[in-house]
Amino acid sequence: MAWTKKLLRINLTAGEITTEPLNMEWAQEYLGQRGLATKYFTEETDPNVDPLSPENKLIFATGPLTGTCASTGGRYSVITKGPLTGAIACSNSGGYFGPELKFSGYDMVILEGKSPTPVYLSIFNDKIQLRDASHLWGKTVWETDGIIKAEVQDPLAHVATIGVSGEKGVLYSCIVNNMHRAAGRSGVGAVMGSKNLKAIVARGSNGVQVRDPQGFFAATDAGKKVLAENAVTGEGLPAFGTQVLMNVINESGAMPTRNCRDTVFEGAHDISAEAMAEPRRSDGKANLSTNQGCFGCTIACGRVSTIDPTHFTVQGEDKERYKHASGGLEYEAAWALGSATGVNDLDALTYAQFLCNEHGLDPISLGSTIAAAMDLYEEGVIGDNITGGINLNFGNAEALVKVVELVGTAEGFGAELGMGSKRLCEKYGRPELSMTCKGQEFPAYDPRGIQGMGLTYATSNRGGCHLRSYTVSSEILGIPEKTDPLATEGKAGLVKAFQDATAAVDSAGICVFTTFAWTLDDIAPQIDTACEGGWTPEKLMEVGERVWNMERRYNMAAGILGDQDTLPERVMKEASKAGPAKGLVSGLDKMLPEYYELRGWSTDGTPTGETLSRLGL
Amino acid sequence: MQLALVIDPGKCTSCKQCEMACAYENEQTFNPAKSRIRIFDFHEEGRFVPYTCTQCDEAWCQSACPVNAITTDQASGVKLVHDNLCVGCKVCTIACPFGTINYNADTGKVIKCDMCGGDPACAKACPTDAITYSDIEQSGFDKMKAWAAKTDQAAQS
Repeated sequence: MAWTKKLLRINLTAGEITTEPLNMEWAQEYLGQRGLATKYFTEETDPNVDPLSPENKLIFATGPLTGTCASTGGRYSVITKGPLTGAIACSNSGGYFGPELKFSGYDMVILEGKSPTPVYLSIFNDKIQLRDASHLWGKTVWETDGIIKAEVQDPLAHVATIGVSGEKGVLYSCIVNNMHRAAGRSGVGAVMGSKNLKAIVARGSNGVQVRDPQGFFAATDAGKKVLAENAVTGEGLPAFGTQVLMNVINESGAMPTRNCRDTVFEGAHDISAEAMAEPRRSDGKANLSTNQGCFGCTIACGRVSTIDPTHFTVQGEDKERYKHASGGLEYEAAWALGSATGVNDLDALTYAQFLCNEHGLDPISLGSTIAAAMDLYEEGVIGDNITGGINLNFGNAEALVKVVELVGTAEGFGAELGMGSKRLCEKYGRPELSMTCKGQEFPAYDPRGIQGMGLTYATSNRGGCHLRSYTVSSEILGIPEKTDPLATEGKAGLVKAFQDATAAVDSAGICVFTTFAWTLDDIAPQIDTACEGGWTPEKLMEVGERVWNMERRYNMAAGILGDQDTLPERVMKEASKAGPAKGLVSGLDKMLPEYYELRGWSTDGTPTGETLSRLGL
Repeated sequence: MQLALVIDPGKCTSCKQCEMACAYENEQTFNPAKSRIRIFDFHEEGRFVPYTCTQCDEAWCQSACPVNAITTDQASGVKLVHDNLCVGCKVCTIACPFGTINYNADTGKVIKCDMCGGDPACAKACPTDAITYSDIEQSGFDKMKAWAAKTDQAAQS
């Protein structure tokens, strides 16, 4: 009963707004958020639809624990067909927007069609309006957030919006809520822009109820205690954020550096969590101002940072807005904008991160695409005539911030970079220089140094991604048990288990970071006391496996078959040159057949009829 | 010893657990909008500040109330609103200099922090000890200790 049991359907073409009851039979099979919204999406949307056409749909979905006092219970996901990959896309965000949508009385919003003119959606309980957004078109995320809040005159309203990059179809543009939290990956912002939908503002005065309040408080209190007492969630993440990983991954020899030419970055320490905490010479302040939690989060890994006031990126009167504290560097962003491009200038990276928030860009895909462009530039494939006179060498901080500014508004060379690394490298005849899986840039763990992540990337249903099965937990951090990052043995089973458990967590309304400390034994009682249906760890694993196979089936129907479960040639053939993984390539070929077998899929990666019927698909 | 809510914004992460605990304690539902304590996000300064009624000794709300619906609990000093007396005139919301007593349109009465009868839910829910329920006469103790240490370091160097 932690569901509101109601959804909102908006036909943007006709301007029609309807509500309908949530399919509670499906809720028992797919729980909520990622699972349930993907069920709705795959039932309603043709797999062969053009992602940027009105026929594609866009779903904002919360989970049953969203808006409750369960730790990290503030998540929502955006589900659509992604324009970067052509695969199912599901991007998860924190902040405070998701709970507000639920407090309005809806578990999800399904957006269909395309508005004839720019609009934004305003949801205040049962007062729902499509309002004119022509004055917001061309505005940044930060500007839009401020203007809409002023228009609705409610200090408790929360806004999710796209920037200009989303309007102009940058293929990795995000939807940003609360200024610096984002449904970040797979270009969900471009889909929103293609529908002429600038933003959603929500404010609700309904509460969320749970099935067994006393049991729920006991279960969520126990969960919070586990998080507080765990070294990662209780100490590492609050103090250092995800940036706690920068030196750790580098020392493991798994730092994808200079477009994966190297696996160790000599400048890693300069852009690490430790560097963010160092007082700087100019004003005696550290880069890190404080940490921030999303709604309900007792971990609080979020970074709030400032840029050194003497740094070149913030000189000039037009830079006023970057001179205050704002959302700072997470590990993936610091890696993508830094290690991947060879830039070790912490303030330049922080500025680039601010720009990503302001313009709604996914820093992972952005940084990796810039890295590919730098590779093309250093190889002499593209020159100054293409870059607009920018010296795009690895390690050039000034060039980095210049091109990030250009992608933010999709101008000049920025529009080309906005296509993503795969299309860029194909255009210039060097597809092998794109560090992507299924068209999406993979993140901050080199598959040569952490073998499980190679299989994770290759089999991820949304293209290259670490958040579908974060085997780094096991291979580097030893959670729940330590495995050898350089070995391929046992990784197929590890990846499958992480994929299924993560799909369940992503369907619940909580953050995957809890799983550094929580197992499904900690999570199941929190869901069970909130919801009807007898939620056990076993039932959650089954939901996760069902979700995974549902996503896989949609992708296959969209023409993304087993032959795309692969990695770029560079990490499969060019051995790591230094560090613990020296001499190694990814052993994907050793892991993939076993993975298919464990999944109950045929040797070409197709789910068998038996597997599908076992899962009720 | 008089206990009070002692707030240290430097420790707050804006997680809203206090707001949810307050809303549930008072309205039996999860929604921060129903909370008597609020966290304010001063984004550009990187500060999050929880704020609620500080239970004034001489309370403007109490003085302004025309029907004497606000009384002082003698043991704790807490100012209590009596729903059976409150007529919803909202004069107290004008009188309060801090904005911490507010009208609830659902009930037609005003609401404010009542310290949960001596066991405040917000303090229990706070994961970082930004809100504690402790001796008000010693509320500056931690700050004094930190500065004492700094003074001592300076003296020694």
